[in-house]
Amino acid sequence: MKTVYVDNNATTRVDPKVLREMEPYFCDLYGNPSSMHHFGGQVAGAVKRARQQVAEIIGADPSEIVFTSCGTESDNAAIWGTLHSYPQKHHIVTTRVEHPAVLTLCNHLMKQGHSVTELPVNHEGLLDLDQLRDAITPYTAVVSIMWANNETGVIFPVEEIAEIVKEKGSVFHCDAVQAVGKIPIDMKKNKIDMLSLSGHKLHAPKGVGALYIRKGTRFTPFFIGGHQEHNRRGGTESVPSIIGLGKACELALAYMDEEKTRVKALRDRLEAGLLANIPNALLNGHQTHRLPNTSSLSFEYIEGEGILLLMSREGIAASSGSACTSGSLEPSHVLRAMGVPFTGAHGSIRFSLSRFNTDDEVDYILEKIPPIISRLRELSPFWKRRNRSAAFQ
Amino acid sequence: MWDYSEKVMDHFLNPRNSGEIEKPDAVGEVGSMTCGDALRLTLKIDKKERIADAKFQTFGCGSAIASSSILTEMIKGLTLEEASRITNKDIAGQLDGLPPEKMHCSVMGMEALEAAINNYRGRAIEHEELEGTIVCKCFGVTDEKIERVVRENNLSTVEDVTHFCKAGGGCEECHPQITKIIQKFQAEKGVAVDTGADRERPKKLTNIQKMHLIMETIDREIRPGLNADGGDIELIDIDGDRVLVALRGSCAECVASSFTLKSGVEAKLKEFVSDALTVEEVEQ
Repeated sequence: MKTVYVDNNATTRVDPKVLREMEPYFCDLYGNPSSMHHFGGQVAGAVKRARQQVAEIIGADPSEIVFTSCGTESDNAAIWGTLHSYPQKHHIVTTRVEHPAVLTLCNHLMKQGHSVTELPVNHEGLLDLDQLRDAITPYTAVVSIMWANNETGVIFPVEEIAEIVKEKGSVFHCDAVQAVGKIPIDMKKNKIDMLSLSGHKLHAPKGVGALYIRKGTRFTPFFIGGHQEHNRRGGTESVPSIIGLGKACELALAYMDEEKTRVKALRDRLEAGLLANIPNALLNGHQTHRLPNTSSLSFEYIEGEGILLLMSREGIAASSGSACTSGSLEPSHVLRAMGVPFTGAHGSIRFSLSRFNTDDEVDYILEKIPPIISRLRELSPFWKRRNRSAAFQ
Repeated sequence: MWDYSEKVMDHFLNPRNSGEIEKPDAVGEVGSMTCGDALRLTLKIDKKERIADAKFQTFGCGSAIASSSILTEMIKGLTLEEASRITNKDIAGQLDGLPPEKMHCSVMGMEALEAAINNYRGRAIEHEELEGTIVCKCFGVTDEKIERVVRENNLSTVEDVTHFCKAGGGCEECHPQITKIIQKFQAEKGVAVDTGADRERPKKLTNIQKMHLIMETIDREIRPGLNADGGDIELIDIDGDRVLVALRGSCAECVASSFTLKSGVEAKLKEFVSDALTVEEVEQ
C-alpha cells in the first residue's frame, strides 16, 4: 500500500544521512566522552562537533548548548531550574496553548503552591502582548511561551515577547521544539534566555534534545549527577543520538530555504485544494503567522477519529485534535482556547509536511480525503440538519 | 492507535442500517455535539410491538459508529419488551469487546434505544441525563446515571466511571462525589472499599489526638513545601473544627497565599485528619 506520511509535527523520519553519521558510535567508537583514554577522546571530539552544529542552527555559542533526552526534559529543566534559582519568586506566566510538557508541569507546580497565569489567545491563536505585560509581576520567576504551536503551527512574536519579559525583569524560556529546523532562528539577535529543541522533530532520532541557556542565566540542574554538560545536566551523554542531532541540525540549516519555498508550496496547495473541494472546512490558526509545513483544518459535523481511521486505510498518516483520538474526553486544548466551535473542534485534522513529501503525495491526499469526509457526513445526524437546528448543537 | 476488534472495524467500515427511517414510529436521540458523540436512532414498529426496522445516524468515533451499527442488527425482530432488556454490556459483547476508554459508546447505544422505546410509549423524550442531580458539570452527568453504570457494570474506580459515562473526565472536581457513589454501591454489596484515606485515619478522634494529628500533618505534609519556597506556616489555634494558622516568610506577602491556604493546607488536613476541618488565616 502507498504510504503518505504527513504527521511530521508528531515525529519525523530519521534522515539516512543522519543514521550513517551515527552508526560508528555504537560498536566501534563506543567510548565514554568523559574517559581519559583514546576511546573517550575520539568520542568527546565528536560530541564537541555536534554541539557546534546544534549551536549553529540557532546562532548560539556552543557553550550555551546542554544536551538532554527530549523536548519535554528541556522544558522541565528550564522551568524547574529557573524556579529553583529564584526561590523567592513563585509565579509562572505561560499560555493556554502550550505543549503538555509545559502546561502539565505548571499544573503540577500549582498544586505545590506556585501560582500560574495562563494567557488566552484569540480566534486566530494569537496573544495580546499588553495582557502579557500586565501579567508579569516582581514575583514572576519565569515566562514560558512557545515559538510555534504544534497543532496549528501559529508563530508567536517571541523576540518581541523576550524584550517585554527582560524589561519586566523576569526570565524567558521559549519552547521552540516545532520551530527549530523549520524557520530561521538567531539567538544573537534576540533576548530569549532559554530555548528548548528536540531531535526527532527535525529528522534526528527520538530520545535526544537540547536546552539553550544564554550565558549568564541563573540555572539549577534538573538532572543531578556527574559533571557532564558543564555541571548543568548529569548523566552519561547519549553519544550516538547527540551525533545524530548535530548532523540533523546541519542538514536542516542547509534545507532551510526549501522549507519556506518547496515545503510551503506543497502545504499551501494541499490546504487550498481541501478547502476548495470540501464544504464546511475551516482553517485553524492565523493564515500567515504560521510554520511553513503545518495546516490544521476542521471538517465540521464529523469526528476526527473516523477520518484518521479511514485515511489510514488509504495509507495517509496525519493526526487529529479530536477528543476520541487522545483518550481524553475533551477536544484539543489549543482549539478550545482559540474558541473553535465544537462543530469543528471534534473534526480537526492536522497535516504537517516535511522535505520528504512530494507533489504526487499531495495529489494523492487531495484525491482521497473528500470522499472520506462525505462518507462520514452521510452517517452524521448533524450534517443534514446543519442549517435547521442550532439548538441541537 | 486503539486496539479495536475486527468486529468493531467491520461495523465501522461497513456500517449496517445507517440513515433515517421516513415517518418512524419511534425516535431516540442522545448525546450532543459538545460531548463529541451523538446518536439518532429511528425505528419502525409493527402492530405486535416488534421492531420491524431500525436505522441510525452517528456523530462520533469509530467505536461509536460500530456500536450504533451493531445495535440496529441486534434489535431488529425483537419485541420492545425484549429490546428493553439489552444493556451496554450486550452491545460491547457483540462487538467482541471495546477498549475500556470507549465503553461509553456502548452506553450511548443503550440510552438511544431506551429513549426510542420511551418515545414510542408516548413518554416525553426525556434524556436520562435530566433525571437526578448533576454531578459532573463538564459533561452534564447526573448521580442517577453514574449509579446506574456503576451498578450494571460493577465498576470500582473513578476511571472506570469516566470510561463508561464520561463523568469525571473534565476538570476532575467531581471525583470525590463519584467515589462516594462507588462506595455506596460497594457498601450495598457488602464489599469493604479500600480508599486509602480511611486506612490511615482513625474513625473517631479525641481532641488531643486531633491536635496531635494536625500538628503532625503540618510538619510532615505542609511545611516542607512552603519552606522550599522561602515561606512558613504557624499553627495559632484549633477551635473545634476551625484551624487557625498564620503564614510567614515569603508566603505572608504572596499574592497567592489564600490559594495556598485553601488548596494546599486545607486539602492536606482534610485528607489526613478530618473532612470537617476548615482553615482560616489569622494575622498575628
